Amino acid sequence: MKFSYFPGCSLKGTGRAYEESLLAVCRALGVEVLELDDWNCCGATAYMAVSEAAGYMMNTRNLALAERDSHELLAPCNACYLSLKKTQHYIAEYPSVAAQATGALAAEKLSYTGKVKVRHPLDVLVNDVGLPAIKKAVKQPLKGFKVAPYYGCQIVRPFAEFDDQQNPVLMDKLFQALGAEVVRYPLKTRCCGGSLTGTLGEVGQRLSFILLNEAQRRGATCVATVCPLCQFNLDSYQAEMSRQWSPVRMPVVYFTQLLGLALGLDEKALGLQRCIVPLPAQEVHA
Amino acid sequence: MKQPTNGEARIGFYVCHCGTNIAGVVNVAAVAQYAAQLPGVVVSRDYKYMCSDPGQELIQTDIKEHQLNRVVVASCSPLLHEHTFRTACEKGGLNPFCFQMVNIREHDSWVHEPGDAATEKAKALVRAAVKRVALHTPLEVKRTRIHPDVLVVGGGIAGIQAALTIANGGQNVYLVEREPTIGGHMAKFDKTFPTLDCAACILTPKMSAVASHPNIKLWTYSEVVKVDGFVGNYKVQVRRKPRYVNEELCVGCAKCVDACVYKEEKFEDEFNEGLAKRKPVYLPFPQATPPVVVFDPDACIQLKTGKCKKSCLEACDRNAIIFDQKPETKEIEVGTIILATGFRTFDATRLPQYGFGTLPNVYTSLQIERMVNASGPTDGHIMLKDGRTPKAVGIIHCIGSRDNRTNRWCSRVCCMYSMKLAHLIKQHTGAEVFNFYIDIRAPGKGYEEFYGPLPARMDFRERRRQGEMGGQRHDRKAARPRPARPARQTPAVG
Repeated sequence: MKFSYFPGCSLKGTGRAYEESLLAVCRALGVEVLELDDWNCCGATAYMAVSEAAGYMMNTRNLALAERDSHELLAPCNACYLSLKKTQHYIAEYPSVAAQATGALAAEKLSYTGKVKVRHPLDVLVNDVGLPAIKKAVKQPLKGFKVAPYYGCQIVRPFAEFDDQQNPVLMDKLFQALGAEVVRYPLKTRCCGGSLTGTLGEVGQRLSFILLNEAQRRGATCVATVCPLCQFNLDSYQAEMSRQWSPVRMPVVYFTQLLGLALGLDEKALGLQRCIVPLPAQEVHA
Repeated sequence: MKQPTNGEARIGFYVCHCGTNIAGVVNVAAVAQYAAQLPGVVVSRDYKYMCSDPGQELIQTDIKEHQLNRVVVASCSPLLHEHTFRTACEKGGLNPFCFQMVNIREHDSWVHEPGDAATEKAKALVRAAVKRVALHTPLEVKRTRIHPDVLVVGGGIAGIQAALTIANGGQNVYLVEREPTIGGHMAKFDKTFPTLDCAACILTPKMSAVASHPNIKLWTYSEVVKVDGFVGNYKVQVRRKPRYVNEELCVGCAKCVDACVYKEEKFEDEFNEGLAKRKPVYLPFPQATPPVVVFDPDACIQLKTGKCKKSCLEACDRNAIIFDQKPETKEIEVGTIILATGFRTFDATRLPQYGFGTLPNVYTSLQIERMVNASGPTDGHIMLKDGRTPKAVGIIHCIGSRDNRTNRWCSRVCCMYSMKLAHLIKQHTGAEVFNFYIDIRAPGKGYEEFYGPLPARMDFRERRRQGEMGGQRHDRKAARPRPARPARQTPAVG
């Protein structure tokens, strides 16, 4: 099983722990991952807001690079995943966008046919590697973990390629397979605040707080995410939220970190030390 | 009526423009020109509206002037105007069956783009019709006897009303119902929308009228297994399931139910949507029609094992219980069949995010109908599983409807019954009622008037597609579902 890998900016910055844990987990499960050579920004930051066309062109280049490697393209950051999907959709549906893309790529002697498939690691790990294989590889079942699975918005809206749009369940199934208890978490696709946390801090934090408070109320011991921005928003401002609304303290980890723990991988190798709110030691060494 | 000459066919051909419906796509002049050269065609014309009076007169005049003995019209579907043109031929003195219609609208112009191909297709269809019509022989219309009896399948309110109307008109009716009693869903309801009329007051008299009507043969607990025959003369097989009771003798006194070896009600009560229990022998509800008990073969010890002390037999002073009753197949002849088989509700467990089947106080609409019904399992009290009265109730509309993953269409009834239930819940409990909807669709007589006054007393909120039931909350403030907003495109973030 071989994939081209598009980390995007987050996995090299605030989301380093996601990259570390993802690569470690893939190694352990025999999924070969090759970082895309000379990749560029996915355009999800300011591009899409200022000039959608420019955003699509950025993605087209990454897609063309991936086609050259002829593997499926693994995009762990939800924002990258969605921008790539959106670009593919627009190129397929609108000839004017397709023509623009072809022109832009010609400058670099690249081409894009539309055949490359963009995949999210949650999809790959649960559906391609499969729960039976993962179960077999578990060395330390996640006993005592009560996980609130938080999916965020971008892997279910507007496209829902690999899970139910209104009620995604892949993470629920994964953690159950790892031996953890999954709390019923109805806010699993509600907004984390997104980039509002950076622009209208209080509004964004309020949205994050609702998610954390609910997880706490339901007795979760940690929240698991599939997206670097969700993880960042939920993890980073808990002190402010506690001051502003009510006390909240909830470790927020990547699903790959929990998977890594269950596979018996080293805490450091999974980047767990990077969490602002640490996962309690007794859980890690349970 | 003039018969066509036995010799040569003299065909009149007409192609209709149908405004631009046909002429906008098919070159009708070219079709007329083409038909003019076909063997036997004496006159060939195109005309704007063949079905109009002048169009029909054109045919009649031509029949006389050109001694036509066959007519072909290329226009719309025969379902629409075959009768029109046959009548025109008849008025012109031709046997109406010496007419052939060609459908170049539904089969051609409406389904193709303008161009030569559509015209060529029209020509091909016309050529076939012209060849065919030459072979037509005149037919005479005969009257034939049809069986006067009627079969109505389904004993809900629709089937009941159909049976009564026909029976009152003097015809014999067989009313076949799958369940042990007629009444259908309406028997479960307390009130009807939009008038909040008493459902039982409408239904019960009709049920007893069916049971006692001399022209109605009522077969409950029976299913149609086979239909043979042809329009007007059907042979139908009806399977009468054994209820292990002689219907003629049983009066529904329910002494057998009291005497049953099961002292407690233990089995799921279908009539109460699983909110109550019943015994292996039961009367579905007090007004059940016919008032005859029924044995559940999956629950009754005697029927399952043959080893019961059968206290019910002793209790029945009319000796109506027959444990070895067998299914019976009846064969009847009818001329007409009315299907009034009703509906099934959506299986809400298919959408687990709303918690039906997993959260204790999530109910289906039919369960709430039973709860608000004074003769229901809670005597008309709306209560939580722990017996408390709810302080706030949310009603989610459109479950299983208007969704690509389930049914794409609108059920057309859930807005109205949700409003009705909202009203009744408010009346019974005083609770805050929240309606979560996509759109309110109230397009019937009195419906908008029923909806209109409601929002003043109730909270209507647009339903969020991504909604999910969070389970029971402990504090009342938190129990309020949050105001919903439609899903917007997600801002891209990195």
